Amino acid sequence: MTEQAKITARGVSVFYGANRAIDDVSIDIDRDNVTAFIGPSGCGKSTFLRALNRMNDTVANARVTGEIRLDGEDIYAPEMDVVQLRARVGMVFQKPNPFPKSIYENVAYGPRIHGLAAGKSQLDEIVERSLRRAGLWDEVKDRLADSGTTLSGGQQQRLCIARAIAVDPEVILMDEPCSALDPVATARIEELIHELKGRYAIVIVTHNMQQAARVSQRTAFFHLGALIEYGSTSDIFTNPREPRTRDYITGRYG
Amino acid sequence: MNSAADPIARAPTDWKGAAMQRRLRRRYRAEWCFRLLGLSAVVGSAAFLAVLLVAVLGNGVGGFVQTRVALPIDLARQGIAIDPARLRGPGANLALAAANIEGATDAAAIAAFGTGGDDLLSDSAWLTVRDAIKADPTLLARRVTIAVPAADGIDSAAKGHGDAAEQVSFARLQTRGAISRGVDWGFLTGADSTDATSAGIWGALKGSIFTMLVTLVLAFPIGMLAALYLEEYAPRNRWTDLIEVSINNLAAVPSITFGLLGLAVFLGTMHLPRSAPLVGGLTLALMTMPVIVIAGRNAIKGVPPSIRDAALGIGASPVQVVFHHVLPLALPGILTGTIIGMARALGETAPLLLIGMRAFIAAPPKGFIDPSSVLPVQIFLWSDQIDRGFVEKTSAAIIVLLLFLFAMNGIAIYLRNRFETRW
Repeated sequence: MTEQAKITARGVSVFYGANRAIDDVSIDIDRDNVTAFIGPSGCGKSTFLRALNRMNDTVANARVTGEIRLDGEDIYAPEMDVVQLRARVGMVFQKPNPFPKSIYENVAYGPRIHGLAAGKSQLDEIVERSLRRAGLWDEVKDRLADSGTTLSGGQQQRLCIARAIAVDPEVILMDEPCSALDPVATARIEELIHELKGRYAIVIVTHNMQQAARVSQRTAFFHLGALIEYGSTSDIFTNPREPRTRDYITGRYG
Repeated sequence: MNSAADPIARAPTDWKGAAMQRRLRRRYRAEWCFRLLGLSAVVGSAAFLAVLLVAVLGNGVGGFVQTRVALPIDLARQGIAIDPARLRGPGANLALAAANIEGATDAAAIAAFGTGGDDLLSDSAWLTVRDAIKADPTLLARRVTIAVPAADGIDSAAKGHGDAAEQVSFARLQTRGAISRGVDWGFLTGADSTDATSAGIWGALKGSIFTMLVTLVLAFPIGMLAALYLEEYAPRNRWTDLIEVSINNLAAVPSITFGLLGLAVFLGTMHLPRSAPLVGGLTLALMTMPVIVIAGRNAIKGVPPSIRDAALGIGASPVQVVFHHVLPLALPGILTGTIIGMARALGETAPLLLIGMRAFIAAPPKGFIDPSSVLPVQIFLWSDQIDRGFVEKTSAAIIVLLLFLFAMNGIAIYLRNRFETRW
């Protein structure tokens, strides 16, 4: 484990029933950088991402072997509380999924269930800070009581990011956060990822290679459930070691 | 493009050709036929409903109206002596019954209307006199005129039915100016009676309210929790499949079977009181629960998985996911199922007959374990009576049952709309 690593995975395999979706992946996720997972559809990058905060637990026949450590703690150990783990490792999903509640409630929900705010004023503060950090405050400050579902797609996704950072996570996992958004909203989210970098370890799954090149410092290339190549983003895109990576980057397949 | 080499080359589609026009006309005709069929189905159902409502209202409104005869009665001459102090206590009814108010009333009727005059009054006419005296004891020393309920036959004659003799008696009374009509409050406040003019619906209505309360309190939470558990927690295996099939079958079991079950378990084994709303409610809850479970499961299935992911993703525990997110979103659907189940339970007669709710009960129940009847059973019992006065009482009871149903559904729909989330 290097000094930099926030998450270390060693020999991780994920099975859906008898089907092996992820095969023996070992990777270190940096503390201060944005890490991108790229690869063709069905290569297992989202599956691996969901293994990092144990969202695969909700899939009935999913099974994870190997070892994933968050700051040295084994997250699949029996004494690890999965609820706390998910508060520490937040997640933003492919499709914006705000709760059908008010904008305020969407952000306040996490701090409330984890008891992070002592009172109403402190909760207000957390909500404002999270919305500001997600770059949404100025757009919604006058309509906090409106339903989160009345926002546009890009705003909804930023609301989901605000919701994730409201519980002050250490890692934010983003599962293709821009795939349902238009280019303007996508640019806004990418900007946001830049601003959040350093404060949180960020892992982003994307099949948009330009996006990976723009937002990340480290890139991992997955193919058919295996981690083919992992390195600095500039190396992967300009000087890939593996022929398969090069073929994918240059658009030979995918 | 080289069309000569194109293997699937074909003439350009003729969108204006005769065959195309025919196809177009056929499509429009199919569209029109389907709309007409749908419209006629809706109009047909509405017409049936209108006929039903008009028929029931036409027959039943009379049941709420009572024909009264102004009876001059000289209580002073009847020589009724009662200690005025006894008229204030709880023993007043007993004291007045012992003083033979009934006899005095009959005597007054004979005095006023000649021989057979007492037959012009309802058998329960003396109760009106009794209540008047209780309200104002000074009547005992005066000659007064009290409007008392007319006999069944006179009442029918007043409403345009009745045989010739009754019509004559009625006409005679009317020329004397003794007939008056008014709302039959006794019908709304009394219980069953052998005499149609004094039969009331309140006993059965109260029984229905108590029974429905028991059913709701048992079936709604148990059904809802069962649905939540099966959808959110239970593993998918052979046992849960078996449970699912059993619940689906249970919802389809004929209701009289539940009556037999109630008879065997609640009365036979647990020795709960016969004819009690508690037992009726327990029996109907068994019947209603599967309906709520099935509707509830469908409503819970309808909650988008992305909401569960979102809540889990910020560290909500499974119970928090269920109670903060899934249940509020599923509640409107669960309430719809509850409305259907409760409406069915309210109209249920067969199982309640088996647990003894068909007994003749002349006093409204005071609690959940008092013997009582319920509205549909009361309707069934009255429809069996030969006495003509019960015909309109039956329709009137149906009106009360329908109003109760509307009120219950109205509350449920209001609640459902309040909980409905707009996306």
